[in-house]
Amino acid sequence: MSDIPAPFALLAELTHRCPLSCPYCSNPLEMVRGAQELPTEIWADVFAQAASLGVLQLHLSGGEPAARRDLPELVAAARAAGLYVNLITSGIGLTPARLDALEAAGLDHVQLSLQGVNAQSADKIGGYKGGFERKMSVAGLIAERGLALTINAVMHRTNLDDLPRMIEMARELGARRIEIACVQFYGWALKNRAALQPSRAQVDQAKAIVAAARADPAERLVIDFVPPDYYADYPKACMGGGWGSTGLNIAPDGTVLPCHAAQTMTHLQFPNVQTMPLREIWYGSAAFNAYRGDDWMPEPCRSCPRKAVDHGGCRCQALALTGDAAATDPVCRKSPDRAKVDALLAEGESATEAEWTYRMSPV
Amino acid sequence: MSVPVLPRGVRLHDDRVRNCKVLLGPERALILDESGTAILSAVDGARSIEQIAADLAQRYSAPLEAVRPDVTNFLADLAKRRLVDLV
Ligand code: SF4
Ligand code: SF4
Repeated sequence: MSDIPAPFALLAELTHRCPLSCPYCSNPLEMVRGAQELPTEIWADVFAQAASLGVLQLHLSGGEPAARRDLPELVAAARAAGLYVNLITSGIGLTPARLDALEAAGLDHVQLSLQGVNAQSADKIGGYKGGFERKMSVAGLIAERGLALTINAVMHRTNLDDLPRMIEMARELGARRIEIACVQFYGWALKNRAALQPSRAQVDQAKAIVAAARADPAERLVIDFVPPDYYADYPKACMGGGWGSTGLNIAPDGTVLPCHAAQTMTHLQFPNVQTMPLREIWYGSAAFNAYRGDDWMPEPCRSCPRKAVDHGGCRCQALALTGDAAATDPVCRKSPDRAKVDALLAEGESATEAEWTYRMSPV
Repeated sequence: MSVPVLPRGVRLHDDRVRNCKVLLGPERALILDESGTAILSAVDGARSIEQIAADLAQRYSAPLEAVRPDVTNFLADLAKRRLVDLV
């Protein structure tokens, strides 16, 4: 237990309910219903347990976290536990009164998602008419209050060409930071991969735009960029420092996962905060220990010097594309399954318009 | 004269599990060493970089000429990452 580091971050999916229905939603295909959501006092206790474990940052997410009526109480409880509280929201449901309550509760930072640069594109992606306009007015309310704001731009085939305007909008809305995240293909996004996967030309262009903005001394916006990993030669590092190394994810019903996409790992039993203390889950549970260290690694990872960097890549991606969660991430050039990723890319280059499936909100 | 301040959304946190100070900001947690802790603990929105450097030089009985560049570079780097505002 001694060489397992303490976690830094907790992503709390307060609810899977959401007025939007983005086709790349990171929620699992099987969602938790409203009636099964943890009540306020259990979340508050979990936040205190997380802080004493070493967690510094709490990300309140969903679904749409504003769909929880007790959101200000949850923020206050997290602050009382000593956590830095970040709200990840679509903005829908944040009225002036609720924002005042959240501010009074000590909310540290808001991460507002933008689905597109205008009503036509954003509302089509979010599947919610009038959403863009509401979002713009919420951005104004956040700026008025001086709350720290990050714009979270989720990019894919149909909006990646709007990246320059996206960055410009982040500046106009008073954000200090923009997170440009290309859709990663799990769950809903994997279902909709054909419609969402950008072309190589689009990705190269986006990289050039980001590099130019970062190099501009007049650019004050902090730009974080997550390119789509299918085009890379090596996989992204799992959770930064490997499975069960930096953070945990709690689903609305209290199920604790090493990452948000891990719901697909039906061979693992994920513990629940209602039946096991968080400390025991982090250090002792079979699910969190499953892919820690490198004993579980097959070749070519086992003897690869890069394993200290990427830890063999993403377990969820390995499972989704090869059927084996312990396989080398197929994005890796050394993976015997890289051809599967190349085939998906080739399919993407030749695809024309594809329809997508919207996620559905649980009741 | 430049006065450093921590903007909203950035704060200094006392990490009692890791036994150190951490600068917390949007998607950032910077574990601070002794010098970073001393500099950021002196950031109060009133004192200028020059005053902070002078205070630290005195406190650690170090020459101001040696302390000043450390303080300036550290704060300039944080300002570039928007974890500090220089007003
Ligand atoms: S549907 Fe869209 S806004 Fe709602 S949780 Fe999923 S990605 Fe976020
Ligand atoms: S072989 Fe494994 S460890 Fe090496 S680069 Fe590929 S995924 Fe990473």
